[in-house]
Amino acid sequence: MNTTTTGHITGIIANLAIIKVQGPVAQNEVCYVQHEGAPLMAEVIKVRSGYAYAQVFESTRGLKTGTPVEFAGSMLEATLGPGILSRNYDGLMHDLNTMEGIFLKRSDYTHALDLERRWGFTPLAKPGTLVQAGDWLGEVRENAIPHRIMVPFSLSGTYTLRRVEPAGEYKVEDTIAVLTDAAGRQVEVSMKQKWPVKQAIRTYIEKPRPYKLLETGIRTIDTLNPIVEGGTGFIPGPFGSGKTVLQQAISRQADADVVVVAACGERANEVVELFSEFPQLEDPWHPGRKLMERTVIIANTSNMPVAAREASVYTAMTIAEYYRSMGLKVLLLADSTSRWAQALREMSNRMEELPGPDAFPMDLSAIISNFYSRAGIVKLRNGHSGSITFIGTVSPAGGNLKEPVTESTRKAARCFYALSQQRADSKRYPAIDPIDSYSKYLEYPELQATLAEAILPGWVDLVNRLKNILLRGKEAAEQINILGDDGVTVDYHLQFWRSEVVDAVILQQDAFDAVDARTPLARQKYMAELVWDICQMCFAFESFEEVAPYFKRIINQMKQMNYSVFESEAFTQFEAGLQDILAERKTN
Amino acid sequence: MEILAFQRVYTKIEQLTKATCTLRAQGVGYEELAMVHGRLAQVVKIMGDEVTLQVFSGTEGIPTNAEVVFYGKPPTLNVSDALAGRFFNAFGQPIDGGPEVQGEEREIGGPSVNPVRRKQPSELITTGIAGIDLNNTLVTGQKIPFFADPDQPYNQVMAMVALRAKADKIILGGMGLSNDDYLFYKHVFENAGALHRIVSFVNTTENPPVERLLVPDMALTAAEYFAVDKNEKVLVLLSDMTLYADALSIVSNRMDQIPSKDSMPGSLYSDLAKIYEKAVQFEAGGSITIIAVTTLSSGDITHAVPDNTGYITEGQLFLRRDTDIGKVIVDPFRSLSRLKQLVIGKKTRADHPQVMNAAIRLYADAANARTKLENGFDLTDYDERALRFAREYSDRLLAIDVNLHVEDMLDTAWELFGKYFSKAEVGIKQELVEKHWKEMPRKLPQLSL
Repeated sequence: MNTTTTGHITGIIANLAIIKVQGPVAQNEVCYVQHEGAPLMAEVIKVRSGYAYAQVFESTRGLKTGTPVEFAGSMLEATLGPGILSRNYDGLMHDLNTMEGIFLKRSDYTHALDLERRWGFTPLAKPGTLVQAGDWLGEVRENAIPHRIMVPFSLSGTYTLRRVEPAGEYKVEDTIAVLTDAAGRQVEVSMKQKWPVKQAIRTYIEKPRPYKLLETGIRTIDTLNPIVEGGTGFIPGPFGSGKTVLQQAISRQADADVVVVAACGERANEVVELFSEFPQLEDPWHPGRKLMERTVIIANTSNMPVAAREASVYTAMTIAEYYRSMGLKVLLLADSTSRWAQALREMSNRMEELPGPDAFPMDLSAIISNFYSRAGIVKLRNGHSGSITFIGTVSPAGGNLKEPVTESTRKAARCFYALSQQRADSKRYPAIDPIDSYSKYLEYPELQATLAEAILPGWVDLVNRLKNILLRGKEAAEQINILGDDGVTVDYHLQFWRSEVVDAVILQQDAFDAVDARTPLARQKYMAELVWDICQMCFAFESFEEVAPYFKRIINQMKQMNYSVFESEAFTQFEAGLQDILAERKTN
Repeated sequence: MEILAFQRVYTKIEQLTKATCTLRAQGVGYEELAMVHGRLAQVVKIMGDEVTLQVFSGTEGIPTNAEVVFYGKPPTLNVSDALAGRFFNAFGQPIDGGPEVQGEEREIGGPSVNPVRRKQPSELITTGIAGIDLNNTLVTGQKIPFFADPDQPYNQVMAMVALRAKADKIILGGMGLSNDDYLFYKHVFENAGALHRIVSFVNTTENPPVERLLVPDMALTAAEYFAVDKNEKVLVLLSDMTLYADALSIVSNRMDQIPSKDSMPGSLYSDLAKIYEKAVQFEAGGSITIIAVTTLSSGDITHAVPDNTGYITEGQLFLRRDTDIGKVIVDPFRSLSRLKQLVIGKKTRADHPQVMNAAIRLYADAANARTKLENGFDLTDYDERALRFAREYSDRLLAIDVNLHVEDMLDTAWELFGKYFSKAEVGIKQELVEKHWKEMPRKLPQLSL
């Protein structure tokens, strides 16, 4: 790429600028429109006969033809180094906290890292060793997380480590190591490096199949359709079905070292909730630490420039890949990928491309599956492994799961958490439909083996039996609806109410209750076995009218258990009460 | 705005459509205002020296030799305290016979608030309507629309909410408001003695539809002045956003853009979000709360306008006529306030969240019982009690003519629980039941359906 390329504006349609270019220009190259002395960042998305079409990451108000443009000679890059965690960035990785004023000003481009802060560096590699991109040279403590300083990802081939600085305090731009290549040329390495966000960081040696559960504390996920370390999942649902509440619960509770949240084209107040609560809330996995210490938020809320929305998900993925290369367990959440797809649609429309289904660009499906494929568990050269678990939400237009974004995502993601309007309407939260949803990972023998070890031998069988109860309950409910309460035998009522027990005790969970919000695995196992026991019991009923009131008492008692601290006195009392109720009618 | 000396006048329009005109001009800025044949217009596209203008009041009668003058700036509004109590058109010109407002000239549709400078909304807005305060509690800094069919009394409910909400300023953005409804608002605010707290920007059905596109930005620029500069609590009413979206689709259609769902422009989500996201709670105490109306065509919420709106706003309020009690109610199933979790049980009594959910769950049971009844099946005792509960719940709490304190709403709900159900059927946390349960005589009125 050439750094001297310039140009000038010849056309403007909303945030698309058409630039007459003098000199070479690359696809996806970044350029700056020099509007009244303030450089507005833009990205080239098409080049045609001497004209570059660029999406401007800012409002184009007041822009005139003839305005000079300077090309940066690089693609859109993320700045990587210690100090990313606990920060709030915009979609282009500018630090929101160091921007001035209440309102976002155009071209207020702040630095991603604190360049003045000193970090306590410890060398890990010995001089003389041969190293490659991604190898660990040293380490700093970033909020109690071991942040590895790596050989820059952009270096290709093998280098010899000539010198590494002794333990001490360094700034991110200080040289901490010197490498030489085969020809003896020196490369100085600092703790900061840049990487183009639209390219995957591939410094690992292999990407095995995921095999280990990622605990979220949400029963309907962990017990019924588990997500795994390095897995992919998506949550489609109409508005009001609880997508965001569910995703926020996952971001708070999941067993991850680093959580990257991409708030992509969603409500600003939801991001504010993260900003204001995460610094207060305790990390459930590391007592004494705050959630914010392991979290980084990329915020491109719906009123921020549309073009930066597409960039925001890539920025988030690049940060996740950076931390994965350190051998960490990373969870990446994007809410919502539909907004990103819409941003693509807006641009494609302005460039007058031929549209695909619902006016989305033709390559939407390829773009989505390419993005999901960047997640995964990886084995690093040094034997460590790291993972990115990616969960995206999808906001299907009109709640219709047949629309292009949902369909494309379904092909790419392995877990499907379908939020149902019907469940949301009857306040059965989280509104994940237990029958439509799936986790392909449950079929993986690798995962079945680790679950058997971690929870219970035959756990997956138990899960499938519970799912079967739900399915049969649904069938029974349909029969009762068609034939009437007294048109079916009492067995149908029993079948239905057994599924109601599974629904009320395992599926439904109060995200706003201090105890019920997070259920550790051991407790999930306990309740699943208890529920299964009840599902196997036979009861004596004279008529169908006795079934509902009786089961409601059982459910009520078990809900009180869910609300009580596990194995506390209250919990035990409610359980004893439950056994009394069961004894009243139990026949086996 | 008058034409200044030495301003260049263009007189050669090359292309005309119903909403736009195109001419050759130099040095024109994007989104700049212009006067075309005495009508206001805005730059929407620049291609080389070809400039396309969107003429707000339509291009009927504009000749190709019409005079075109560029103003060199985007649309602006003069802001000062003198805005209070005034009525303006979509361009910010007075329509109440009063003088032009003097004050600082600000561009409308300005930049977004930096999300880290926002404060988490936490201040309860009480309206006295239990369908709102009990089930879908509103918070300052929230944005929420009414989803209603055109025949429902949403303007009345909005005016009532605005007056009860104790806002420092109420800003009305009327888009395609019928003249009668405009006069209704004016009348209600006048009667309540609230006129000095009102600022109105109104585009009625008598005005050209494309003009509407300026109304939300005008209203919100005024709102930002009061909320940021004066630290006031501002409530913005936008009625009707569906008609705003219709104007968007007219313009995009004239610009030959490929329509997406329901012939709306592909950018509809972003266009609506830019407006609604102006709702904010500032650290310094000022806030902008937006209550809007999205009219539906026969209750269809999958249409692009309500659908995109639902994804942007923090909930929605559904109005529905309950034929059992013959009143309009706030539908507890389809309505939602996303920010209620920030205040219920915290700023209100601790039993609020559970009482709210339990009542709605029981109301859902009644709906199931009704289906059974309609299908000709026998009802169980529980079904009958649920139906009786639903009727009284609807009448005493959901109806929009209710005006109660939140505590009274909760007490009413406990009273209904005690009257129709057992403790286990209500299924609320034990400690709350012990504190609030009201044992009521089970003398049930005859059910007439």
